[in-house]
Amino acid sequence: MPVTTIPLLATEELMAARYQMALSLGYHIILSCFGVAFPAMIYVLHRRGLRHDDAEALALAKKWGKASAVLFAVGAVSGTILSFEMGLLWPGLMSTYGDVIGLPFAMEGIAFFVEAVFLGIYLYGWGRLRPEVHLRTLIPIMLAGLFGTFCILAVNAWMNAPAGFTQLPDGTITDVDPIAAIFNDALWPQFLHMWVAAYVVTGFLVAAVYAVGMLRGRRDRSHRLGFTVAFAFAAIGALAQPVIGHVAGLRLDTQQPSKLAAMELATETEDRAPVVLGGVLVDGEVRGGIEIPAIASLLAGNSFDTVIVGFDDIPDDEEPPANVVHWAFQTMIGAGVAMIGISGWWWWRRRRDRSPDGSGVFDSVWFLRAAVVAGGLAVLALEAGWTTTEVGRQPWIVYGYQRTDEAVTSNSGIWISLAVMVLIYASMAVIAARVLRAMAARWREDPDSDLPTPYGPGGELVEVGR
Amino acid sequence: MSLADFAAVLMFLGVVAYAILGGADFGSGVWDLLAGDARRGAHLRSQIDRSIGPVWEANHVWLVYVLVFLWTAFPTAFGAIMTTLFVPWLLVGLGIVLRGGAFAFRKFSGSVREARLHGIVFASSSVVTPFFLGMIAGAIASGRVPADGSGDVWTSWTGPTSWVGGTLAVLTVSFLAATFLAADAERGGRHDLAATIGTRAVGSGIVTGAAALLAAVAIEIDAETLADGLHTRGLVLVVGSALAGLVTLVLLRRRQWALARLSAVVAVGAIVVGWGVAQYDWLLVDELTIEQAAGARPTLIGLVIVFVAAAVTAVPALIWLFVLVNQEAWQDEPH
Repeated sequence: MPVTTIPLLATEELMAARYQMALSLGYHIILSCFGVAFPAMIYVLHRRGLRHDDAEALALAKKWGKASAVLFAVGAVSGTILSFEMGLLWPGLMSTYGDVIGLPFAMEGIAFFVEAVFLGIYLYGWGRLRPEVHLRTLIPIMLAGLFGTFCILAVNAWMNAPAGFTQLPDGTITDVDPIAAIFNDALWPQFLHMWVAAYVVTGFLVAAVYAVGMLRGRRDRSHRLGFTVAFAFAAIGALAQPVIGHVAGLRLDTQQPSKLAAMELATETEDRAPVVLGGVLVDGEVRGGIEIPAIASLLAGNSFDTVIVGFDDIPDDEEPPANVVHWAFQTMIGAGVAMIGISGWWWWRRRRDRSPDGSGVFDSVWFLRAAVVAGGLAVLALEAGWTTTEVGRQPWIVYGYQRTDEAVTSNSGIWISLAVMVLIYASMAVIAARVLRAMAARWREDPDSDLPTPYGPGGELVEVGR
Repeated sequence: MSLADFAAVLMFLGVVAYAILGGADFGSGVWDLLAGDARRGAHLRSQIDRSIGPVWEANHVWLVYVLVFLWTAFPTAFGAIMTTLFVPWLLVGLGIVLRGGAFAFRKFSGSVREARLHGIVFASSSVVTPFFLGMIAGAIASGRVPADGSGDVWTSWTGPTSWVGGTLAVLTVSFLAATFLAADAERGGRHDLAATIGTRAVGSGIVTGAAALLAAVAIEIDAETLADGLHTRGLVLVVGSALAGLVTLVLLRRRQWALARLSAVVAVGAIVVGWGVAQYDWLLVDELTIEQAAGARPTLIGLVIVFVAAAVTAVPALIWLFVLVNQEAWQDEPH
C-alpha cells in the first residue's frame, strides 16, 4: 500500500522534499546562529560581572543563559531532524556520497557533544561551581560553535565545489579522499561568511529585543548594556561581511557558472558583464532593472575582463530558477548594506554622545526603530543568502555530479510530512516566542523567579523547588 | 577484526550508549506521564526535571552519533534503512522534536496551565519515540530491510519482532529510568521519594522481565537469524542480562538505589550488546553484511580518528557532567 492514494508527479514530490528541506534548514539556521554566537555574548557579560563586580551584567548573563536554554533545545531537536532528513529525503545523496562527505558530520558530532555537555554544566552551574570555573565553561561552547560551523559548511561547500573522489562513467565512486573533500575550494569563504553571519543575526536580534524595550520606556542600565554588547558584535560582523562575501563570490565564474549567471541574470556569455539591479528574466530576456556596466565581471574576478558565462552557454536543463536566485542575492546585498548603515549610525551616535553614562545614544527614537529593523534585516539577509546558494545550485545537489531529482527518496507522500512539519515548526515558533516573553515579563517583576517546576497550583508545592 | 567490523563496533557503542542514557531520559518521561495530577505528581516531576535537565541534550547526541556513523561508514545501508523505514523514522523525528521542545518550554512557561500542556506533550512523546525506535530495531533485526531499500513502507516495520521491539523498548527504558530517578532522589536527600520510585522500579522490572520472555518466543518464530545468534554467541549476554535484572530487583528491595542503578545499566547494556553480537556479521539481517556495506577505506580510518578525538575531548567532558550532576549540590536546590 502506498503512503498516499493521491498520485503526484515525480516533480511535485521533488518540490515537496525541497520545500521540507528548505523549511527545516531555514528554521534551524536561525537557532544555530544563537548556538554559535550567543555564548560569546554571554561570556562578555559574565566576565564583566565577575571582574568589575557588576551585578547587572551578571544578572543579564544569567537571563541570557536561560533564554539560550530554550533556543538551544529547539536548535538541538531541529538539528536532529536535519540528520534524519539527509536519509528520509535524500537517500540518493547519502548512499552514493556518504563515505566521501560523511566525515565532517561525524566531526560535528564531537562539537555537538561538547556544546550540549558544557551548556548543561553552564546552565545548572550557577551557585554550584566556583565563579571562575563557571565562567570558563562558556569557552568550550564557543569553540564548539566555531568548529561545528566549519564542519557543516565543509559539507555544504563540497556540494558546491565537489572534491575528493572520482566518479566513473557507470556512477561508481572511487579514489575517495575525505580530507580533500573537506578542504574543497569553496570551504573557507563559505565557512567564514556563515560564522560571521551567526554573530550578525544573533547580535541584531538580541539588540532588537532591547531596542523594543527602550522604545517602550524601559531605559534602565540593564537594557542599555544588553543592547550595547549584542549590537557591538553584530556591527563588527556586518562590516566584515561584504569583504568575506566578496571572496566567496570570487571564483564562482569557474566553480559554479550557472549559479553566477542566475545571480547576475546573465543571458549572454561576455566579459565586462553588467550588474543588474532589480529586473526579472522573462523568456530569456531581462525586463526592467538598472544595468551598471562591467561591475559583475569586476566582482567575480577582480578584473573587468572576467568572462561571465550566460544562459546561452548553459544547457536548458542545467539552469537554476534565475529570478529566485537573482532576487534572493540582491535582497541579501540590500539588507547587508542597510545593516552597515545602521551600524554606522550607532557608531556615529556613540562618538557624538556627551552623556556621562552613555545613555545619549538611545535618545533617538528613530535610531531605536532602525535597530529593531536591523534584527529583521539580519534574518532576511541570512535566509536570502541561503536561498541564493541552495536554489542557485539547482538542478544539482552535488554540482556537476548528481542532480537533485536523482537524490530524492522514492517514497511518495512527502507533502504529508511537509504539512505536518509546517504545522509543528510554526507552533514551536509561536510557543518559543510566548515562553521567552513570559520569561521576560516574570523577570521584570522578580529577576530571579522561575515557575515552580512542580507545575502544581503553587502554595505548598513551591517548596519542593524550582 | 576487519576495519569495517571495527567501525561497526564503534557505531554500535553509540547504540548502547543511547539505549542506556537516552533510554533513561525517555523513561523519565514515561514516569512523568504516570505521575498523576499536578499536585500529586509534583515531587516526582521536580525530580525528573532535576535529573534530566542538565543531561538530556548530551544524551540525545548519541542518536546523531549513530546516524552519522551509519551514513559515513555504511552509506548504502543508511539509504536502505531510511527509505524502507521512512514512516517510523518520521514518527521518531516528530517525537524527538515535540519532546525536546516541550521539555524546555515547560520549565519556563508563563503559567502552570501552559506548563501542564507542555508536560503532556513531553511525557507522551517520551513513550511514542522509544516505541518506534524499538520497532525500527525489530525491523532490521528480523531481516525486513532489503539492501536496496525497496522494502514495503508499512509491512517492513510492523512484523512481530517490531512489535516486540517497540514494547520492550518502552518497558526497558521505564525500568531503567526508575532506577536512575530513585538513585538521584536518594542523593538529594529525598528518601520517601526514592522509596516510591523504587517500588515502581520493582514493578516495571518484573513486567519487563515477563515481556522479555514472551519476546523470546516471538523472536524464535519470527527472526530466525537473530534467534540463532542469541542461542549461540549471544547466549552469555542474554543470561547475564537476566541475572543482572534479578540482582537489580533484589537491590531495589534492599533500597540500595545506587547499586541498583548500576546493575540495571548492566542488564540493559548486556541485552543490547547481545542483540548486536547475535546479528553479527549482518548489518541488515539476511540482506547486507558489514563488509558488503562498508564505505571507502580512508573514510573508515578517518572515522576511527574522529572517534579517538571524541574520546579525548567529548568523553572527559561527558564524565565531568555526570560527576557533577551526581554531586549532592546538584541534586539540591540552587541557592
